[in-house]
Amino acid sequence: MDYLALYVTLKLALITTVVLMILAAPVAYFLAFYRFPGKSLAEALIYLPLALPPTVIGFYLIIFMGPRGWAGGLWAKLTGGSLLFTFLGIVIASVIYSVPFAVQPMKAAFAKIDRRLLENAYILGLSKRAAFLRVIVPNSLGGIAAAAVLVFLHSIGAFGVLLMVGGSIPGETKVASIAIYEAVEMMNYRTAGLISLSFIPISYAFLLLVNRLNEGARA
Amino acid sequence: MTISADFKKRLKYFDLELSFSCPSGKMMVMIGPSGGGKTTVIRMLAGLETPDEGMLRFGGEVWFDSRRRVNVKPQKRRLGYVFQDYNLFPHLNLYDNAAFAAVNKKEVDSLFEMFGIDHLKKRRPHMVSGGERQRCAICQALARHPRVLLLDEPFSALDVVTRRGLREEIKSLKGKLSCPIIYVTHDINEALFLADEIVPLVEGKIDENWMQRTITREPGEGMMTRGAREPRLSLVY
Repeated sequence: MDYLALYVTLKLALITTVVLMILAAPVAYFLAFYRFPGKSLAEALIYLPLALPPTVIGFYLIIFMGPRGWAGGLWAKLTGGSLLFTFLGIVIASVIYSVPFAVQPMKAAFAKIDRRLLENAYILGLSKRAAFLRVIVPNSLGGIAAAAVLVFLHSIGAFGVLLMVGGSIPGETKVASIAIYEAVEMMNYRTAGLISLSFIPISYAFLLLVNRLNEGARA
Repeated sequence: MTISADFKKRLKYFDLELSFSCPSGKMMVMIGPSGGGKTTVIRMLAGLETPDEGMLRFGGEVWFDSRRRVNVKPQKRRLGYVFQDYNLFPHLNLYDNAAFAAVNKKEVDSLFEMFGIDHLKKRRPHMVSGGERQRCAICQALARHPRVLLLDEPFSALDVVTRRGLREEIKSLKGKLSCPIIYVTHDINEALFLADEIVPLVEGKIDENWMQRTITREPGEGMMTRGAREPRLSLVY
């Protein structure tokens, strides 16, 4: 049993979830409440990772984060290090790969908020930011939690993107899905089976949670 | 302090064009048929909609001036606004709703006592009746120490008995407040009972004959007997 790979997987999923909840909330708010030229184009771009094969995303991330890429070059100038084959690199890859799963449920939850509640908040003196924190967020908890659970589940299941960007460095970039793949390649079915088995209760429990949250939101 | 407005706004079916003023301690009732622009006027006073042209002043402050491109945000106007559907926050109980923007949270207790809803503090809005929600919405507006109180058909969703009780409460509230109160309704009985001044608004314009025409056509029960107490029907242009 590769506990180290499980640890890296859970750490990655947790960090991805926290980062995306913070980054995706304002994007979802903007998409739910504002109209601007090119909105549908921007929205399609945000949801693009849903429609692309993971290896295609992985390929472009290698270009983007490689030493000659925009992000990789900048990172090398600032720190002298590389983004590829590092934990930070797979965090960035995981965040980009899971963006649609964070934005879409939050946008749907924000869009359901009655605009008149916001008008009342403004009348009562709240700025737009305060209204977001004191009115929109508390009334969208179901959607926000569903987004967090989906991102977490999607992150623990990521394989192709992470393999391309991070490779398989134990304790650094080797996540559980890569550990399963490698164990099967080495005909070590016992290890592959044990790691696979550990996914089932985690994923099942989280899916139940998503269903409960969706039922709660409908009630 | 007097609120005075002079607005023009192009709406879908007609142009809204009116001017009026309301001094502190007085209640101006804006009445007229549905779809005549009453709610648009009250929303422009609150800063939730922008007139195409005109000026809005409160005392010495200019809240809106199309020529000087002044448009003070709703947050800065410090108004109390009781919406038609109350718009209480569903995630908060009645007390937290009323205390949401209260200047002094201790006052919320006395407001709840005054409006007879102090036993409902812990209930969420969906757990109380329309009349109780309406009382809470008034507490919420008053707790902010509003400089102008706006009420947009606050009784429209209530049954006749509850309406009558709340009408009395609003009337007694009027004597206790020292700010201008602007009340929107399409109910003539309500207007006659509450108003110091009535502004009939029909298709975006003040129509001084509307009340007379409507009363002559449909004499409401009790309206004639209340003749001696009828408010002055004064129109301000």
